[in-house]
Amino acid sequence: MSTMAVDDVAVSPVNEGFWTRARKAGLVLTVLGLLAVLLFTALAASEPARFTLSEDASGAALKINGTVGAALFGAVALAAGVAILAGLPKRWFTLVLGVGLVGFVVSFLCWQVSTAPAGQNFMPLVNIVRGTFILALPLIFGSLAGVLCERSGVVNVAIEGQLLMGAFSGALFGSLSGNLWVGLIAAAIGGTFISLLLAVFAIRYLVDQVVMGIVLNLLAVGITGFLYERLMQPDPAKYNSAPHFSNWEIPLLSEIPVLGPALFAGNIFLYLGLLLVLVIHIALFRTRWGLRTRSVGEHPTAADTLGVRVLRLRYRNVLLAGAVAGIGGASYTLALFSFTKNMIGGKGFIALAALIFGRWSPTGALLAALFFGFADQLATYLSAINSSIPSQFLAMLPYLATILAVAGLVGRVRAPAADGKPYIKG
Amino acid sequence: MTNAESGSPDKEPATTDQAARMTLDNTERAEPASQQPPERPALGRLFVANLWAANTFTVTLLSLVLAMIVGGILMIVSDPDVLATYSYITARPADALNASWALVSEAYANLFKGAVFDPDAVGLTAALSPISETLTYTAPLVFTGLSVALAFRGGLFNIGAQGQATMGVIAAGLAGFLLPLPAGLHLLVAVFAGAVGGAVWGFIPGILKARTGAHEVINTIMLNYVAVYFLVWLITQNGVQDPNRTNAISRPVDASAQLPRLFGDDLRAHAGIILAVLATWAVAWLLNRSTLGFELRAVGSNPAASRTAGISVTRTYVLIMVFAGALAGLGGSQMVLGTTAAALTPLVVAQIGFDGILVALLGRVKPWGVLLAALLFGALQAGGNRMQSYSGVSLELVTVLQALIVIFIAAPALVKAIFQLRAARAARPQTSLAKGW
Repeated sequence: MSTMAVDDVAVSPVNEGFWTRARKAGLVLTVLGLLAVLLFTALAASEPARFTLSEDASGAALKINGTVGAALFGAVALAAGVAILAGLPKRWFTLVLGVGLVGFVVSFLCWQVSTAPAGQNFMPLVNIVRGTFILALPLIFGSLAGVLCERSGVVNVAIEGQLLMGAFSGALFGSLSGNLWVGLIAAAIGGTFISLLLAVFAIRYLVDQVVMGIVLNLLAVGITGFLYERLMQPDPAKYNSAPHFSNWEIPLLSEIPVLGPALFAGNIFLYLGLLLVLVIHIALFRTRWGLRTRSVGEHPTAADTLGVRVLRLRYRNVLLAGAVAGIGGASYTLALFSFTKNMIGGKGFIALAALIFGRWSPTGALLAALFFGFADQLATYLSAINSSIPSQFLAMLPYLATILAVAGLVGRVRAPAADGKPYIKG
Repeated sequence: MTNAESGSPDKEPATTDQAARMTLDNTERAEPASQQPPERPALGRLFVANLWAANTFTVTLLSLVLAMIVGGILMIVSDPDVLATYSYITARPADALNASWALVSEAYANLFKGAVFDPDAVGLTAALSPISETLTYTAPLVFTGLSVALAFRGGLFNIGAQGQATMGVIAAGLAGFLLPLPAGLHLLVAVFAGAVGGAVWGFIPGILKARTGAHEVINTIMLNYVAVYFLVWLITQNGVQDPNRTNAISRPVDASAQLPRLFGDDLRAHAGIILAVLATWAVAWLLNRSTLGFELRAVGSNPAASRTAGISVTRTYVLIMVFAGALAGLGGSQMVLGTTAAALTPLVVAQIGFDGILVALLGRVKPWGVLLAALLFGALQAGGNRMQSYSGVSLELVTVLQALIVIFIAAPALVKAIFQLRAARAARPQTSLAKGW
């Protein structure tokens, strides 16, 4: 997110001497490792911490003494941090950083699980993984919507509104028709409606795209809240009782321990979301459409010179993004809950964070969404075992991580060059 | 932002009054007195001619009208009884039209009665009640609106007014029930604490923008959520939570730290609105008359040129965000020191930060414009409450109206096309400056 404004301003250029970005990340990891080895180990109880491979305490489990586990995995994080600090070859950087972070998280978990009240000192991995994916789903759809828009140069802050509108129209038309697929299509159209407003005002009327996004979010909150109170609340049986997609178990694959029940026994939205990540990734980097989209997002004038219809492509991508986000909203109302006022509750903004954290790439966004989903699930789990860590601080994690990422402490994030700049031909 | 895209921001009228004056000004400028005074068209006629042009005042008014039309349509389509009359509209069109008119006109009448004046009110208190409610909702919006507007003028988009107001309400609330101070001093300290709380929360994105180039839009969005979670955590802590309650609510603010009421104990309007007018004047002075304001506007329109001219862009960015944060923090502090609530709850700041963005845009990012825009939004809020309880039309309609007004304002070309307005002589129809991440 070093931006045009920043490049212009170029405030005190970063002196890349000894303290390269990699070394800074190494330093952070080293500090985290020290924290794990010293603090987590001291606080952990010398009780077994069990990580069961099922949904409850039963069955096979990975078991480790809390103190030993916290120390051991803390040491892994510390070692990784020191290795990076000492000047690791660049190609190993991502891998070692990942291993170090995982070590830190596992050390933390060893501490938490071992100090849980008796009878609760286990962590059901299936629940955790499944919860992570369920919580990450709207983020995945939302951040994909962001990728589609922003790669073609339109800032999409309206993800929240698109998700909400999708959730609402999915619930409304799903209930009225009693048909799942009608609901799903209606959800896509609902998201597209918000997108259409964004596209028309941003592309045709050149309104500031961030402003428009914020206003559209409020508009979506208002319209859905208003119609919810007028229609759904008085008569939920007619307007707010959409059928729900059931879970489809994929034979064989759903037998895989932990990942199977979590990943291959989900509903249509889970499969659709993962499929979309793959499709959009391939489309963006391997097809003509993708090349054009990226060129329009980076340098619309050049693309126009070569015969790409900049505005038409932008319209098309923004509308497509709305459909994707709308379906993401339906992953709530056509699978889990009935519609409630403002039910997206900020997920659209976390999706925006995932998009940025994932550096505007579909796979990056997926990983970021999963990380944020995991933090969310962990907060739920920790409050269930009466952890001493307040769940609110875990809930802050995605936001803080994004601030750190944008500030350049964890690698460099850069938006598409023409993101947010309207294209005026001529 | 207005700044950068229209060469002369201060030439655009922000208010009815200014618009009228501006029209006159421009008339005189267009037709200098030296040119055959007898043939000068009457000022009155020119004024009327310019009224139906795409100037700021007309566009704002028509945006309001358009928003209310869309709101009316929403009311009709969401009312099954009225909608039923449309099934036989070809047979008896009067039924559908009458039912629709009755529904919509009654709702908007209640909106007006709740916001401005209720002709049926008996007694002075009842007559003043709508105005008092409007002023109560207006006061915090002025501050958040000024916060967003000030940052805009410096080229920064402060979406973080919500988070800054949250930190402001926390600091003001804590000072309000933790510090044992005498009346008067206590209020001053609590209000100041609110400003400091907001300023700290504004400083973070400011310094990050200045030092690392991290975009303030993203950071302020993220900090909004961090602030909310911090508030939710804080109010369940010992010493903060109300000992007599099990739910998430803090101890009430001491009476010595509450803003005095303006119209007696029965009406909610409090001294916050006076502070709001003072703040508007102060921001107007800061922007237009002070060195800092000049630097701020310069940085807002062209950072590179400003740096060449010797202005420290880094310092200006940080100062802008600190000032913007302090203003939003002041707005937040009124949510707990005023009459809206006396204790911290998770929803204590309501939407004032996000509404502040709309207010700033509606006020054309000018201080006095912001004041009027906040007044309109406060009136809509106050009237919406009555509309909800008397006509059963959900308060959410107000959110829709507010968002729609700003959408139409932001695209004057659209309003101009819908109403076939003449091109303005006074001010060009302006579009917001679109700029990237």
